[in-house]
Amino acid sequence: MAEVICPDNVLEEINVDELLARVMAKKNAGLRLSQACAVCVNGKYELSYSFANDDTYEYTTLRAVIDLDTNVPSVTAFYPFAFLYENEMKELFGVKIDMINLDYHDKLYRISAETPFLKKEGEEK
Amino acid sequence: MGKRSVIPFGPQHPVLPEPIHLDLVIEDEKVIEAVPSIGFVHRGLESLVQKKDFNEMTYIVERTCGICSFMHGMGYCESVEHIMNVEVPERGRFLRTIWCEMSRMHSHLLWLGLLADGFGFESLFYQCWRMREKILDLFEMTTGGRCIFSVNKIGGVLKDIDGDMMATILSVLDGMEKEVKDIRKVFLFDYTVESRLKDVGVLTKQQAHDLGCAGPFARASGVKMDMRKRGYAAYSQIDFEPITSDIGDSYARCDVRINEILQSIDIIRQAAAKMPQGEISVKVTGNPNGEYFMRVEQPRGEAVYYVKANGTKFLDRMRVRTPTFANLPGMLETLKGADLADVPILVITIDPCISCTER
Repeated sequence: MAEVICPDNVLEEINVDELLARVMAKKNAGLRLSQACAVCVNGKYELSYSFANDDTYEYTTLRAVIDLDTNVPSVTAFYPFAFLYENEMKELFGVKIDMINLDYHDKLYRISAETPFLKKEGEEK
Repeated sequence: MGKRSVIPFGPQHPVLPEPIHLDLVIEDEKVIEAVPSIGFVHRGLESLVQKKDFNEMTYIVERTCGICSFMHGMGYCESVEHIMNVEVPERGRFLRTIWCEMSRMHSHLLWLGLLADGFGFESLFYQCWRMREKILDLFEMTTGGRCIFSVNKIGGVLKDIDGDMMATILSVLDGMEKEVKDIRKVFLFDYTVESRLKDVGVLTKQQAHDLGCAGPFARASGVKMDMRKRGYAAYSQIDFEPITSDIGDSYARCDVRINEILQSIDIIRQAAAKMPQGEISVKVTGNPNGEYFMRVEQPRGEAVYYVKANGTKFLDRMRVRTPTFANLPGMLETLKGADLADVPILVITIDPCISCTER
């Protein structure tokens, strides 16, 4: 029988001020940035950066909860390909991300709606 | 330094099956840089969580893609099942495994055909797609659908595969195994094919890791990563090892995918032999409350399904990170220094699915 490796999700809650330091630590540990995404709940953004260890299949997510008007530093200094994730968060949710290495200026997706995934006041279910 | 020019490539191009645009900065015939543009057909499926309840979302998520539709639905369902602590019956998990592997075969055969078409080998293209039709026929026989089956539900699957159907599947796979081995000789040992693929678009293991690549694209560069090893569906009871290559060129990507078709046949045989009798689903009551990142090995690589639920029937968030989204940076890297004539091949070798990416 094949060996099965299935460590569960690990969630690490962080302050946005420590985002870059924590991302750099993941990079130095040789982890792959698997995904980054945003959620808008209770009038705040929840930003998730997930890191995969491809040898052990461990999966760790850094979670920062921020106000809608808080600026977030780009992680593209450590993971250059994160520009796609960050442009998506910026365009669909309106997350203010500074210094993306390749900023599409809200033109990654050719959509007419502005920040279509951002829940407006009164839309919370 | 030669004269630099910018050539627009796509979103409509004879060898591009789907809309992606590249601005190719070239110097003479060499590509210096490629800047991608996507988003021509972005659908915003994820935002439908605000309008469709978590059960209905299963059918929305399936429509992310017409090639790996089943795996999209399954990845979403497994994510919700994990949040709700739902234990899918063993037979249901084996059925999911069988449909997953048939989807992988169908996707890889489709890709092989497109690759053959890309380098102008039309008869090889027809052979691959002829074989793919047999898998679509098996889908139709077992689910009633050829592209989108709608057999996943939260708690298991909606349809069973009886003994007669399973015998038919195994018989068809026996015939296909021989045919796949025949076309493998052409893809891997025909000198005209070799000359278009060997040493073209080399990506090292370190580059593949650093650029976050996934699936056969990464495995062809030596990254031994396969989400099936996590043991979702019934993969914990299947004996297999990820297929890798250390070469990292277009030829290696072709090699890995052909061998994965043969591996899928083996996995289906194992699943058919080990699948127990019994229920195929359980009744699920209540609403999910919590969050989970589910990772599934699609034909193109790791897909991530993030579900965040709040205890109501509407989710806060459903996000799909598709493998093509992860493989685009790797593709851009392979384009650097490539001959202009090889650009279509290099785009195809990541097996781009823009439909998934434009979810």
